[in-house]
Amino acid sequence: MGISRLLSHLLLACCVLWPGHALSQVEDTEAQQLLTALADSSFAEKKAVVNRIASSGDDRARYWLESFGANKLGRLEASGQFIIVLSNRGRNWTVEDALTRENLGEISRRDIDTIRVNNALRNELEGILSVIDLKSPDEDQRLTAARALKGSVSGTLAERLPELIEAEESASVSEALTEALAIYKVEEQGDIAAVATLSGSLNSEARAALQQAMRSDDVALAAAAAKAMDSIEQKLKLNRAAETLYFGLSLGSVLVLAAIGLAITFGVMGVINMAHGELIMLGAYTTWGMQQLLPGQPGLALLLSIPAGFLVAALAGIAIERSVIQHLKGRPLETLLATFGVSLILQQLVRTVISPLNRTVITPDWMSGSLMINEALSLTLNRLYVIGFALVVFAGLMLIMRKTRLGLDVRAVTQNRAMARSMGIKATKVDILTFGLGSGVAGLAGVALSQITNVGPNLGQSYIIDSFMVVVFGGVGNLWGTLLAGLSLGTINQLLEPWAGAVLAKILVLVLIILFIQKRPRGLFPQKGRAAEG
Amino acid sequence: MSLKKHVKLGLSALALSISFNSVAAEDPIKVGILHSLSGTMAISESTLKDTMLMLIEKQNEAGGVLGRQLEPVVVDPASNWPLFAEKARELLAKEEVDVIFGNWTSVSRKSVLPVVEELNGLLFYPVQYEGEESSENVFYTGAAPNQQAIPAVDYLMNDIGVERWVLAGTDYVYPRTTNKILETYLKDKGVAADDIMINYTPFGHSNWQAIVSDIKKFGSAGKKTAVVSTINGDANVPFYRELGNQGIDAADIPVVAFSVGEQELSGIDTGPLVGHLAAWNYFMSVDNDANYDFIDAWVEYTGNEDAVTNDPMEAHYIGFNMYIEAVKKAGTADVDAVKDAIIGVSVPNLTGGYATMMPNHHITKPVLIGEIQDNGQFSVVWETPSTVAGDAWSDFLPGSKDLISDWRKPLFCGNFNVVSGTCGGKALAE
Repeated sequence: MGISRLLSHLLLACCVLWPGHALSQVEDTEAQQLLTALADSSFAEKKAVVNRIASSGDDRARYWLESFGANKLGRLEASGQFIIVLSNRGRNWTVEDALTRENLGEISRRDIDTIRVNNALRNELEGILSVIDLKSPDEDQRLTAARALKGSVSGTLAERLPELIEAEESASVSEALTEALAIYKVEEQGDIAAVATLSGSLNSEARAALQQAMRSDDVALAAAAAKAMDSIEQKLKLNRAAETLYFGLSLGSVLVLAAIGLAITFGVMGVINMAHGELIMLGAYTTWGMQQLLPGQPGLALLLSIPAGFLVAALAGIAIERSVIQHLKGRPLETLLATFGVSLILQQLVRTVISPLNRTVITPDWMSGSLMINEALSLTLNRLYVIGFALVVFAGLMLIMRKTRLGLDVRAVTQNRAMARSMGIKATKVDILTFGLGSGVAGLAGVALSQITNVGPNLGQSYIIDSFMVVVFGGVGNLWGTLLAGLSLGTINQLLEPWAGAVLAKILVLVLIILFIQKRPRGLFPQKGRAAEG
Repeated sequence: MSLKKHVKLGLSALALSISFNSVAAEDPIKVGILHSLSGTMAISESTLKDTMLMLIEKQNEAGGVLGRQLEPVVVDPASNWPLFAEKARELLAKEEVDVIFGNWTSVSRKSVLPVVEELNGLLFYPVQYEGEESSENVFYTGAAPNQQAIPAVDYLMNDIGVERWVLAGTDYVYPRTTNKILETYLKDKGVAADDIMINYTPFGHSNWQAIVSDIKKFGSAGKKTAVVSTINGDANVPFYRELGNQGIDAADIPVVAFSVGEQELSGIDTGPLVGHLAAWNYFMSVDNDANYDFIDAWVEYTGNEDAVTNDPMEAHYIGFNMYIEAVKKAGTADVDAVKDAIIGVSVPNLTGGYATMMPNHHITKPVLIGEIQDNGQFSVVWETPSTVAGDAWSDFLPGSKDLISDWRKPLFCGNFNVVSGTCGGKALAE
């Protein structure tokens, strides 16, 4: 014990006394000094220290600053040793030495003082890091850095930018850098030539710079800026209209997904299933369960939960059908009450068995973030996937209802049960399968919803009313009606929302539907012919 | 004969009373716990029930109080506001509890209030709320607006330089009152009406696309913009997710939230939220030994290594310890005695200071501003130099700025008007 401690002391002494390991590293004492300064100064003073670290030319500077920005640079309370936190979950954190990068294993949170960072510093760090990153060999990294520089170019950097632009190979990077430089010139120097560069730019920093120029005393500059602003405003209007449409479609696709299972159980079979929302919830919980079974592979788990969610919800639906609904055939009021009871039971079951707390469903990397069309319009990826998924599910259902034996049987039984039975169709079996199908689709909706909303016991409740609304509006028993109703209700809601606020928009949509149903009691696509009488 | 009889009677009465007393001394002190264990609010309230059970268990292990054990009585008001009143009545009238710890939403507190006042109970309320209330029977251990909202806005204005404000909230009493106070406050500070945007959304709102896009638009006017969020409960998760997806960075438009704590963050991936703010009186990440001990106890009690602690839990911790101290000070668990004894009682909080019960039944608290980190915790970036005493009646609302509350004799009034010198209709002699 004693010898090993002596050895480690000797080692430590060697490390400290040994001159720098590599040329681009500052000596450990100096590094220690820099980091101590960072740890001990106030937020305002830290800014200067950060710049000193950045200009120290040390290889590790980027790593230190990045860790500092992520709140992962710390100091051991007892020894004053600087560390980088590798994992900061739970009560014990995995850390490594900040200077030697030697892994120190797990250390109790009590013994670690993290060096605090705030937004202002993080902003400063981002600027410094993007300057470092401009020299990165990776084009994407350079592009991100160049974009981050817009609006945060400093005087010294502005002098160096022209040569950087000159040397830049990638067109998009040099374009971003040119714009960043132009923003600086307009803001700081009131350069009219730079205003032209900004004309048509959708960047918000560029707009801010132009707005500032418009207030300038220089008449020519103000006029040029106003002209550039005009062209930007035109473009923005178009982009905003496209954005609203996208929002509408995405809300609509969520409504379609939630409602389309109901369109089968309620629309086709005529069963008022108040537990439909809870079937959606089961689908969402299946996704969560899959992610628990496959830790570290949220994407794969999500894909696997598509069939799994369908199965779980379908089986639950069949169980509900067999145990409750079949005994209440033709008594809609009792069915409504009984299934409402089932929905409460399912909710409380989840609360008791799993937890009353919401569960975290991880969004896989390929579904988070957004697809940037231009700087004013970007489409959020998770919503984009949900729109696609809704369309696929819809197409699949249409196929089943139109092209398969099951679909034919379902249509036959719903149109005339007695006649269908006398033709040899097993009506009970068809009932089970249809209800299972509708419930399974609800499960699919749950899988999709787990990516955009909370997975918790109340998930279903918030969608049940909307689902009924869509089915009734679209015309009971018509899948196309459900699709169109969902998408149009979503779009109307999103058009009203900026103007009326979320609460009022929802009320207005409901009023609209009530008025519409007054005029056309059978919805957008009423069923025609004999089926309508049934 | 008759004298003998009298003596005999007297003796037996004495014996009876002695045996009665000794029974009473061994009788446990009953602690009612009135938190929803089912329904919408179960997500937040069920952990508070467990916190109380843990605190009671620890106190009993340490010998209870005044030699008496504590006995928890748990009821489930099921997130149903009228049921809160019924359950409170059940606790006070049937179970005859000595004290109640409970409620989360303001509407449930308002529903319980008349019952607690009628039956002369004690209620400890652990959640930050909108103020404008002071009851003889209620102790507010959560933050009043001047202990959370106002300091947070000051921080944004002075330290971050925010000039344009979005006040976003869920559509119910707490956000509406808080936003009213904040709006007046901001206008007093010279913020133009054009620079304030107010938005309300229903409970559990999940489709934030248009609103977030609006905020983005509002924030691109060239002035530093911040969002002050009183969005409640699980609507926060899709809100923050949408913020992340639409690329709103905390460095561009910071969001400071009054209802988002560690518990809410445990439901989301906080990677894209790093740097957004929250104002509370306690954070789980506070570097303090009392806090670490509390966390260790909580992790052990729940058996869940990832269990988080939050601000209302600390409020219950403080409230419970204050109650114990007050019972010790009064020498009895009698409601009126405890009510008088508790004013002025100081107990340690979990952030390294002390909390004192003020005469207006609110407590002193430090105000902390924290930034969200990628591990779902907050890192404290600013705190008030000393603790702030809770103000029952806001100084920024026209009707309430002249009111004070003082439950000490001789004033003994929850809404004393300092201008007219009257106690809101209540006679002073009472």
